[in-house]
Amino acid sequence: MLYAILCYNPEDVVSSWTKEEDDAVMARLAVVQEKLTKQGRLGPVARLLPTTAATTLRKGREDPVVIDGPFAETKEQLLGFYIVDCKSLDEALETARDLARANPGTGSYEIRPVGIFRPGSSFP
Amino acid sequence: MNDTNWIDAALVAARPQAVGALLRYFRNLDTAEEAFQEACLRALKSWGKNGPPRDPTAWLIFVGRNSAIDVVRRQVKQQPLPPEELLSDLEDAETAIVEKIDGSDYRDDILRLLFICCHPDLPATQQIPLALRIVSGLSVRQIARAFLVGESAMEQRITRAKSRIGAGEIPFETPGPVERAERLAAVAAMVYLIFNEGYSTGSTEAQARSPLCDEAIRLSRLLLRIFPTQPEIMGLTALLLLQSARSGARFDTDGSVILLENQDRDLWNRSMINEGLALIDKAMRHRAPGPYQIQAAIAALHARANRAEDTDWAEIDLLYAALERLTPSPVITLNRAVAVAKVRGPAEALALIEPLEDRLSGYFHFFGVKGGLLMKIGRTSEAREAFNRAISLANTAAEAAHIRMHLDRLAQD
Repeated sequence: MLYAILCYNPEDVVSSWTKEEDDAVMARLAVVQEKLTKQGRLGPVARLLPTTAATTLRKGREDPVVIDGPFAETKEQLLGFYIVDCKSLDEALETARDLARANPGTGSYEIRPVGIFRPGSSFP
Repeated sequence: MNDTNWIDAALVAARPQAVGALLRYFRNLDTAEEAFQEACLRALKSWGKNGPPRDPTAWLIFVGRNSAIDVVRRQVKQQPLPPEELLSDLEDAETAIVEKIDGSDYRDDILRLLFICCHPDLPATQQIPLALRIVSGLSVRQIARAFLVGESAMEQRITRAKSRIGAGEIPFETPGPVERAERLAAVAAMVYLIFNEGYSTGSTEAQARSPLCDEAIRLSRLLLRIFPTQPEIMGLTALLLLQSARSGARFDTDGSVILLENQDRDLWNRSMINEGLALIDKAMRHRAPGPYQIQAAIAALHARANRAEDTDWAEIDLLYAALERLTPSPVITLNRAVAVAKVRGPAEALALIEPLEDRLSGYFHFFGVKGGLLMKIGRTSEAREAFNRAISLANTAAEAAHIRMHLDRLAQD
């Protein structure tokens, strides 16, 4: 069974870290990642850019609404994610619209640029 | 990060919102700051023992408010303090505050706190230290170091600034949309000033002043978090990130300035660039251009070019032309001339800047650019004259050294 581990943190605190503090945390995380990599158990790892860089596509209408900022609704829950290579935000939004057409109804897609991406190993 | 570091980080992050809310409550800056200070002391004691509260900011506001009320009461009646447990009970603090304060108050609290720092009676030299002290919570010593002045001089400057913005003048009523937009524009301009104060500096001071750039970026991100749909705030944040990304490549080992086109682009901070590019992309979708967005778009074109010769100068020329229309200024025309020289040649660029000489007669960069253009079209003696003017107007030793390099080259030819 594959598990996704989703990282939640108070963003204003994390963005207040100095470069040295940030580097120290990343170095400690790298040790954990290294161990998992050696065991062939680590898939993709991503660090997302701040939510200020986020855009949200809200479904529920024929033409979904684009909203600046992160997804903020508490009734809906994170049920999955995609990592897609896009040339621009417009292309990312177009991709999300395609997904919305394939899975209409309520819900949202939050589009967050990825800051750090490591593909990891491919599982059998 | 050790045990108290996470508490410090949480206190720094909570500060603008907490002090802003306490200011609204007490309507007095000193009381608000003291209340926050007291809450921080209690947090250090309580959080280390009990772990962090669910909402640290709400905890600090609640505890700060109660402790300051106690002080006021004690001063009036010499009443005994309520028992400590009453104040440090986490559950109580959170439920009470979550019920009473809603998100829109928070937004105006933070904006007000920043806005009082850009009071029109205060010169920039006072606005910036005041904002760094009150909003960012930097110590007087840190601010003094960034401004390269003594600690007591800085202390005085901040005290003077505080007394100028007497409590009576602080606008406490909830702003209307027009007023809110005006406040936001004033605050954005101040954040940009803070950044420039840290960025336009020589190599020897760059280290000491770089906290100003970091704080400006933090404040700009904060503004964007509370005004997530404002394209100009996206533009401002992008601009600061894209400029700051180059700071590791701006000086050589001797401390001389390295021009953008000669910088080692591998030294640029990729993660800042990515965030800046994402933000400008997001801002452009609004089709509501403004000065910050345009400047960020120019910085983005530089960031996107893998090599200096890949730079899209034609697009930069167009963007500067748009910026000139929005905010006409001889300095912008001068910047545009650099792009024009690349696209249509130095002669055309020279024609563009010659009419500016009267207005820019005291400006180092004008004569630097003019000398460079004259040199390129072979008007050597005029070039030398312009370079000499530039040296006499140089603000830093590094600027003068850079121009002298051109003069040396002219002498060799």
